Amino acid sequence: MLEIKDLHAYYGKSHILQGVDLRVGNGEIVSLLGRNGVGRSTTIKAIIGDVPPEGSIRFKGEEIVGLKAHEIAHLGIGYVPENRDIFPGLTVRQNLLLGMKGTKQQGRWTMDNMFEMFPLLAERADTEGGVISGGEQQMLTICRTLMGDPDLIMIDEPTEGLAPMLVEQVSELLAEIATRGVSVLLVEQKLTIALKISQRVYVMGHGRIVFEGTPEELRANDQIRKEWLEV
Amino acid sequence: MELVVFSLLNGIVFGLLLFMMSAGLTLIFSMMGVLNFAHASFYMLGAYFAFQISQAVGFWPALVLAPLVVGVAGGLVERYGLRRVHKHGHVPELLFTFGLAFLIQEFVVLGWGRVGVPYRVPEILNFPLFTLFGTNFPAYRAFMVLISIGMFVALFAILTRTRVGLIVQASLTHPHIAATLGHNVPRVFMYVFAGGTALAGLAGVIGGNAFVTNPSMAALLGTIVFVVVIVGGLGSLTGAFIAAMVIGIVQTFSVALDVSVGSFFGLLGLDLSSNSIFYEYWTLTLTDIAPVTPYLLLVLILIFRPMGLMGKRET
Ligand SMILES: Nc1ncnc2c1ncn2[C@@H]1O[C@H](COP(=O)(O)OP(=O)(O)O)[C@@H](O)[C@H]1O
Ligand SMILES: [Mg+2]
Repeated sequence: MLEIKDLHAYYGKSHILQGVDLRVGNGEIVSLLGRNGVGRSTTIKAIIGDVPPEGSIRFKGEEIVGLKAHEIAHLGIGYVPENRDIFPGLTVRQNLLLGMKGTKQQGRWTMDNMFEMFPLLAERADTEGGVISGGEQQMLTICRTLMGDPDLIMIDEPTEGLAPMLVEQVSELLAEIATRGVSVLLVEQKLTIALKISQRVYVMGHGRIVFEGTPEELRANDQIRKEWLEV
Repeated sequence: MELVVFSLLNGIVFGLLLFMMSAGLTLIFSMMGVLNFAHASFYMLGAYFAFQISQAVGFWPALVLAPLVVGVAGGLVERYGLRRVHKHGHVPELLFTFGLAFLIQEFVVLGWGRVGVPYRVPEILNFPLFTLFGTNFPAYRAFMVLISIGMFVALFAILTRTRVGLIVQASLTHPHIAATLGHNVPRVFMYVFAGGTALAGLAGVIGGNAFVTNPSMAALLGTIVFVVVIVGGLGSLTGAFIAAMVIGIVQTFSVALDVSVGSFFGLLGLDLSSNSIFYEYWTLTLTDIAPVTPYLLLVLILIFRPMGLMGKRET
């Protein structure tokens, strides 16, 4: 599905990504873990084309380096930004409509699906996105991206600052996404849900991948966890 | 009484015209992050194109065609000019719009000469709509109000009720997210620029014949429109509307009321004879002050409310 080789990215003169290799298979849930500031967000921003990438990123076999963000989205990559970045002045329903790439609703997800899965969002369908709770905003950002029917969804720290019950909800939603045949690239700092739902995990440190393996392998590797994950 | 009613009516007409200009300017500001100094030049182009087209085929086709031509010109300017300059930052962008304003000015002078053109109100609308206290209110002014209001209803409906409008709103406030959701933000920007300049063009079509059509019309109205969007709060349509109406009405009133500052104090029982200090100031009439009132308002707003009436960011 997604195959990244020797990915570099810069903010001005600072060399943030220094050769990242990463792969996400069909229907797989893969987590990209690491401490704050190591370059996880930059990695997925480079994939979606929000930060200019250098190197090779192949999606469904096609090279996407050099394409614009909206073109990459149309190829089937969905991106859920960090910080619950909804459109605060627009209603929940309008936020969801903006996730659609055309006027026709088809594919895996419909607005009714979303409202069935999250009755709270249905209740607040005509409320402005800026005034709903943090947990609802997090669900809304994910649902908004799903409305575009991506084949791969990249989600940046969805559990950050959420209450344990909501974290559980996010984890169920990610599992549901994967059962519908969508690949997931999950960025997290905490290991809680990542180790539970992922098939494979990557650990990032200072712009490079420092570990690649299964959740079991990471659990067993005290040294990597001490050096790159635990604070 | 007569003066008050007519000044109010004329003030509303002028205010609506100002809003038609500032609506486009403020939307374009939201996307570029800088003021488009050439905005009023598109107003001027609208008037000249309307003059030219109505010579050939009459006013009604001109009413539709001239704003369209101006909008297409605006779209091309964005696509092949601004979009390239945008990459280099705000200052080059600002300079580009300055240059463009001069370019359009010279284009107009070359094409139609230094003096104005006789762009007239169409015969069919050239009659007094009603007479109040012995003064005529021209039907064309009422027509301007109708066109403006129709325009705003349409603009508002498009922005808030259609998918395209939602995409525009999202692209203006959160361009990065809109792009990652699959929306072609640069193309949206081009349409916003085309739409904003078409609105300025329309203002020129209906304002050029009500007021004047000459090469200085852009500079004259341009500065007032800047004041309107800054007072209203950059990027805010509601703010621009309030500011446009206030400035339109205040300006019209101060031109119409031919009273001196001194006579106002006289009403308060102060006697200001010719030997009192600052005598020159007391004899200034409001008409003399009229041209500065918008700028006075601008300075006051910048001191007391730097983000403007409804603005979200500092100017
Ligand atoms: N917009 C930006 N401009 C300049 N530097 C940035 C910007 N965004 C992030 N950085 C820097 O890039 C590095 C990686 O950031 P990021 O990818 O957000 O890390 P993570 O998501 O892993 O916490 C950090 O050192 C951060 O300070
Ligand atoms: Mg991050």
